[in-house]
Amino acid sequence: MAVVAFVVFLLLYLTPGDPAAILAGDAATSEDIRKIREKLGLDDPFLERFGQWLGRLVRGDLGVSIFTNLPVTYLIGQRIEPTLSLTFCTLVISVLVAVPLGVVAAARAGTWLDRAVMAFSVAGFSVPVFVIAYVLIMVFSIELEWLPVQGYRPIRDGIWEWARHLVLPSMALGTVYIALIARMTRAAMLDVLAQDYVRTAQAKGLAPPAVLVRHALKNAAVPIATVIGIGIALLIGGAIVTETVFALPGVGRLTVDAILRRDYPIIQGVVLMFSAAYVLINLAVDLSYMFFDPRIRY
Amino acid sequence: MTAAALDIPKPVSPTWRNFRDALRRHPTAIAGGVVLLVMILVAILAPWLGTVDPQAVAPVKRLKQPSADFWFGSDMMGRDVYSRVVYGTRVSLTIGLAVALFSTLVGLAIGLVTGFIRWLDAIVMRVMDGLMSIPPVLLAIALMALTRASMENVILAITLAETPRVVRLVRGLVLTLREEPYVAAAIAAGSRLPRILWRHILPNIVAPLLVQATYVCASAMITEAILSFIGAGTPPNIPSWGNIMAEARSMFQIAGYLILFPGICLSLTVLAVNLLGDGLRDALDPRLARRM
Repeated sequence: MAVVAFVVFLLLYLTPGDPAAILAGDAATSEDIRKIREKLGLDDPFLERFGQWLGRLVRGDLGVSIFTNLPVTYLIGQRIEPTLSLTFCTLVISVLVAVPLGVVAAARAGTWLDRAVMAFSVAGFSVPVFVIAYVLIMVFSIELEWLPVQGYRPIRDGIWEWARHLVLPSMALGTVYIALIARMTRAAMLDVLAQDYVRTAQAKGLAPPAVLVRHALKNAAVPIATVIGIGIALLIGGAIVTETVFALPGVGRLTVDAILRRDYPIIQGVVLMFSAAYVLINLAVDLSYMFFDPRIRY
Repeated sequence: MTAAALDIPKPVSPTWRNFRDALRRHPTAIAGGVVLLVMILVAILAPWLGTVDPQAVAPVKRLKQPSADFWFGSDMMGRDVYSRVVYGTRVSLTIGLAVALFSTLVGLAIGLVTGFIRWLDAIVMRVMDGLMSIPPVLLAIALMALTRASMENVILAITLAETPRVVRLVRGLVLTLREEPYVAAAIAAGSRLPRILWRHILPNIVAPLLVQATYVCASAMITEAILSFIGAGTPPNIPSWGNIMAEARSMFQIAGYLILFPGICLSLTVLAVNLLGDGLRDALDPRLARRM
C-alpha cells in the first residue's frame, strides 16, 4: 500500500500542467498564481510535500477539494452508497450467472452450448460498457418501459425501488465480468475434469451433478476465486462509466466531475481509495484459498 | 475455441507452415483478420469512401435520422455521422496499434533486463506491483485528468497503464527460460548477456508476446473509448468513436443511432482483434488451446 501511495503521489507530482494556473482561471495575473501556489504549498520541496501528504493520509485525511473546499473524505462518503450498491449487485449477479455458465460449458465441452457460452464470453470482452448500457436502456426502458431509464433510489427508500434502479446498471457492468469469470471457470473445470479422481467418482456411479459440484468445482475454486478478485479492476473502471450513463450519484460521477474541473485532491483520493479496495479484496481472495484448498497454509 | 481446436493431435512447433495450417483450422481467427483488414483499409481510404468533411457543421440539417443523404444520420451540429465514424476508425486503430507496439517494446525491454539482473528486479517489480494495484482504466483516467487532452497523451496514458502486465509476462518467461539447459550451456560457453537474450531468450518469448500484444490492442481501443466518453480522452475536435458517443450522451433518447453506429464499429473492431488474438494463441500454443 505504501508503494501505491507513493506511485499515486509521484504520478500527480510529475504531471505537467500547473494546477494553480488552471485554478486561477484565464484572467489571473502571475501574482495571483504565485499566491495560490503558496497557499497550496506547491513550491515546497518534493520530499517535504510527500511527507506532509503521507502524514495526513495516515490520519485518514485525503485533503480538501480545490473546487468546493469540502474534505475529500466527506465528499467520497456522501457518494459511496450508490457505488457500493452497484458494484455489490454486479458482483453477486455476475458470480451467480458466470460460474454455472462456465461449469455447464465445461461439462458439455464441444457442444453448441459450450460454443454459445464461449462466443458470449469473447463478445462480452469486446463491447464497451456504455454501449451495452445504452442498448439495454433502449430495449428495456424506452421500448418495453419495464425499468427506469436513469437515476438512483437510496436503499432506505425501499428495497424494491432500489433494486429496480440497479438492474440495468448491474447487467451492463456485469457483462464483461461474467465473460471473464465464465471463461476462467470453464478452463479450470476442464482441467479438473481430466483428473483421475473425477473418473473414479463417475465410475462409482455418482450422479453427474454431484461429481461436477462436489468433486470438480471445489477443486477448480482457487483459479476461479483469483479471477473474481482480479476482475474487480474491471468493475471499478466500469463503475465510473456506468454511473455516468445511468446518472447514479456515486463516486464515479464524483470522479468524472472532478476530472472536468481538474480537482486534483478528489482524483488523488478516489484513485487511492479504489486501489486500496482492490488490493484488500485481492488479499481476502488470497486468504480464501485456505478455505477452498486446505493444503494451502500461510 | 471451436470443436476443431479441441482435436489438434499433438503440439506443433510454431514454424510458418504449421502456423498457417493452424490458422486455417480457426475460421473465427480468419474472420477477425478479415474484419481488421477491412477496418485498416477504411482508415487509410477514409477520404475516398463517400465521406464529407467530418467537421463540417450544417445547422439546418441537425439530428437527421439515417437516410440516403446521411447514411448514419447527422448529429446535433448537423455533421455527417457516417463521415465521422469512418474517420474515427483512424483514431481507434492508431491508438490501439500504437499502445500495443509501445507497451510491448517497453515491457519487453524492462522484462528482459529485470529477469537477468537481480538487484534491479527487486526495485522495478515493486514499482510495477504499485502500478498494477491501480485498476488500469482508473490509472489512465487519473493520468489524462492531469494532462492536456491530445492523442499523444492518450497513447502515453494507456501505454503506462498496460505495460506492467507485459513486464510481468516477459519477466515470468525469462525466469523460466534462464533455467533451461541451453541457456546454462550458452553461459558456460562464455556468451555475453546481449547475445544470450537475443539468440536464446527472445525467440522463445515472441509467440506469447504477440498474443499479449493483440489483447493489449483490444483493451487499449476500449480504454480510449471510455476515456473519451467521460471527457478525459481524445480532444473533442478529433472525431473518435468515443467522442461521437460522448457527444450523443445527452440525446440518446431521441437519436440512439448516434451511439449505435460508432458503438457497433468499435465492438466489431475489438471483437476482430480479440478473435485474431485467440486464433494466434491457439496456433502458437496448442497446449493452452485445448483448455481455453
